Amino acid sequence: MQRVGVFVCHCGSNIAATVDVKKVVEMVSLEPGVVHAEDYQYMCSEAGQARIDAAIKEKGLTGIVVCSCSPRMHEATFRKAAERAGLNPYMVEIANIREHCSWIHKDMEEATKKAVVLARAAIAKVNLNAPLQPGESLVTKRALVIGGGIAGIQTAIDIADAGYEVDIVEKTPSIGGRMSQLDKTFPTLDCSACILTPKMVEAAAHEKITIYTYSEVDKVTGFVGDFTVDIRKKARSIDMNKCTGCGVCQEKCPSKKTPSEFNRGLNTRSAIYTPFAQAIPNVPVIDRDACIKFKTGKCGICEKVCQAGAIDYEQKDEIVTQKYGAIVVATGFDVIKVDQYEEYAYSQSKDVITSLELERIMNAAGPTKGHLERLSDGKHPKEMVFIQCVGSRCSDDKGKSYCSKICCMYTAKHAMLIRDKYPDVNVTVFYIDVRTPGKNFDEFYRRAVEDYGVNYIKGQVGKVAPQPDGSLLVQGVDLIDNKQILKKADMVVLAAAIEPEKDVRRIATMLTASIDTNNFLTESHAKLRPVESPTAGVFLSGVCQGPKDIPETVAQAGAAAVKAIGLLAKDKLLTNPCTAKADELMCNGCSTCANVCPYGAITYETKEINDHGIRETRRVASVNNALCQGCGACTVACPSGAMDLQGFSNRQILAEVDAICR
Amino acid sequence: MSGHLHEDMKSRVIDISGASPHKCMKCGKCSASCPSFDEMDIKPHQFVSYVNNGDIEALMASKSLGKCLSCFACVERCPRDVKPGKIVDAARQMLIRQQGQAMLTPEDVPELLDPEVPQQLLMSAFRRYSR
Amino acid sequence: MSIENETFRPKIVAFCCNWCSYAGADLAGSSRLVYPADVKIIRVPCSCRVNPMFILRAFEKGADGVIMCGCHPGDCHYSTGNYYARRRMTLLFSMLDFIGVENGRTRVEWVSAAEGVKFSTTMNEFVEKITSLGPNVRLEDLRCRN
Repeated sequence: MQRVGVFVCHCGSNIAATVDVKKVVEMVSLEPGVVHAEDYQYMCSEAGQARIDAAIKEKGLTGIVVCSCSPRMHEATFRKAAERAGLNPYMVEIANIREHCSWIHKDMEEATKKAVVLARAAIAKVNLNAPLQPGESLVTKRALVIGGGIAGIQTAIDIADAGYEVDIVEKTPSIGGRMSQLDKTFPTLDCSACILTPKMVEAAAHEKITIYTYSEVDKVTGFVGDFTVDIRKKARSIDMNKCTGCGVCQEKCPSKKTPSEFNRGLNTRSAIYTPFAQAIPNVPVIDRDACIKFKTGKCGICEKVCQAGAIDYEQKDEIVTQKYGAIVVATGFDVIKVDQYEEYAYSQSKDVITSLELERIMNAAGPTKGHLERLSDGKHPKEMVFIQCVGSRCSDDKGKSYCSKICCMYTAKHAMLIRDKYPDVNVTVFYIDVRTPGKNFDEFYRRAVEDYGVNYIKGQVGKVAPQPDGSLLVQGVDLIDNKQILKKADMVVLAAAIEPEKDVRRIATMLTASIDTNNFLTESHAKLRPVESPTAGVFLSGVCQGPKDIPETVAQAGAAAVKAIGLLAKDKLLTNPCTAKADELMCNGCSTCANVCPYGAITYETKEINDHGIRETRRVASVNNALCQGCGACTVACPSGAMDLQGFSNRQILAEVDAICR
Repeated sequence: MSGHLHEDMKSRVIDISGASPHKCMKCGKCSASCPSFDEMDIKPHQFVSYVNNGDIEALMASKSLGKCLSCFACVERCPRDVKPGKIVDAARQMLIRQQGQAMLTPEDVPELLDPEVPQQLLMSAFRRYSR
Repeated sequence: MSIENETFRPKIVAFCCNWCSYAGADLAGSSRLVYPADVKIIRVPCSCRVNPMFILRAFEKGADGVIMCGCHPGDCHYSTGNYYARRRMTLLFSMLDFIGVENGRTRVEWVSAAEGVKFSTTMNEFVEKITSLGPNVRLEDLRCRN
């Protein structure tokens, strides 16, 4: 029998307000094995931990139960405290009487009763705990960054500067991401390319960084410190070592009708292309779906004009397999499809555009060379209307429930830039709320209103109707004046909601990282661990975790890098000792467990078994503790009941069930 | 009028309409979409606050009830699924019920049955015009 | 009998996987989303750790309902655990139904770490369902009764 100590935490009033902690102490003292029980204001505090320490030493406790917050919060804290007092850390169990009890029940008697039951279950379990020793696994000192936008670039540079090897995997032909598509950035209005390009160059030139563009992550296996990743380098059809980036092939390519992804389909590109002039690497790819040579077998002009002889039509996808200690996800975002909002006439008129398309129009390297003009007839607009929250803050199934966060600021930026460059253009913004939390953000928005004369109207637009004369009739409402507004506009700009990149769910599944219903990756703790995924060794950088602007993205990218560096700096990691274990006497060597193991951790060995005096040579299961992650699938699959999970054994769970149903 | 009755009328409007006034984020897209906006004294986006404030009587006295075309553009375009148009419908229905006469009794229904008339129409008329 | 005088409060055991559902229950807690105290949660590393034996034992010891929560299909922390759990429970529940433990007394629900609201509504629904079904007598070992 164990000598169990029970420690009941008040958590200030968080627990004590709804659970009678004294009563819990009184009740649990009667439980078998309990030799010590006490309550304290804050068990996790230094003084609280000192009490645990003292009790372990004075009463010779062999197991402890802490009735407190969720084990996801402080299990590690109490395990360390026990270890310091000389107790095996796995002799600690937590009864969650805060999240699962005091916070959700209002009636004191009821909550106290439940707390006692939860404590009893934990006591019943700890009575059957056995000391466990964690193993060790080596850390591969190399990080993988998935996504080569500003988030991925910054994370990679920060990790590389700390002296570790980093690989960036980017699915498009160039790094740069969404930021490379932007014209200017708020709130300082510096040119996006001017601040991004040096970062791209720095990443490319860094001796510790390897960039895989036009590549995707195909497969991930392993676990924290020891991931094995297959990277698919899609066939570029260009020899990257030979290409000089002269660009002649793109000029001469006769297939020029593919919509340019970089310019959001506002103009076209050739079949052999680099997405934009400052692309890194400055090596084109051949879009095989558009290339005449690949479609008909005739053409081959690029091969003829390439003086470096870099064109290689025979190139195939290549799989690079690499080991990593840490993985950072920086997959970024896209804007939602706005054609589903028929009232805004996006698919009916070329002059209804999204804000990201406006970025391309305003950009000197864009489809209109930076001139603000209508895409339908090339005329200079006189009246521009901006519509906010298109698809954001929607509870219908078309839009997104969240606020996209960046639209208020970039709309103020667009309005200001247009009024600055073309004072003859009237700009009207229909808004629901203007949200500008951030350093110098509200001042920026007020400048648009006060210094640049942008007309902000509180209200929404109900309909945009293309007129026979080519203009757009905007029907909106001014809620302050309580008037409906009919306004002729030459261009309408929609602040479309942003959403995580489509690919992210596939990547999250490969990494077994949690993802929410909006396809944002879930952080380990919303406040205290915002850049770590609940899956150990996986970190989050940028918009894949939630909407954010560039300064926030860069800050989070640095934070994710620090977390990755903290992991890579370790030579060894302690492995989870709660692994499966086979009872050799009961195992009949049927292989059922090996078939359900997702990690290939179970192998079979033929050995001599002494079964109650009978010596026999048998085939029995053996678990590799470094590979086993402790899911327990094998324990249930095992037909003879030989397989059990340490720390969550059959007997322990049954004891919990019994205690709860008592 | 007592607060209790206010609450009662409010919950009746919500029940009849199936609208969710508490979900409104005051964007005004309903009023921006309304083809009869100029002729209304209470505007579509205000319907919602009248219900939220429990001021159903004012809504029932409003001339907007007669001006609403029940085109449901506001219902269709509302980003928060509030259904302002259904609130007008509900207010109209309560007005008709309050006016007292049962325009349609269960006894009337059999003689209205006609293979040409969809039964759904009879059902909705019955819901609307009986007491 | 005392049972007739008191309102029936069911005993409900909930198995929650550590990565999604247990975290979802924590979120329900930190969001103060109320559900009845009749639900007691047992933490398991993965839904695939739930041996049908545990559920039978719960009913034997007098539980009135058992619910198992795991990660959404495809989101399992261990890749495939919840698929095994789903198949095992389908079989177990149909057997339980056959021997008279109604299907309403057993339930599998996928709750992610971000779905505190879903956790709370699920538990409220489940408790309501079990309360309407009344005490479980079919599998209970009467010798276990206090």
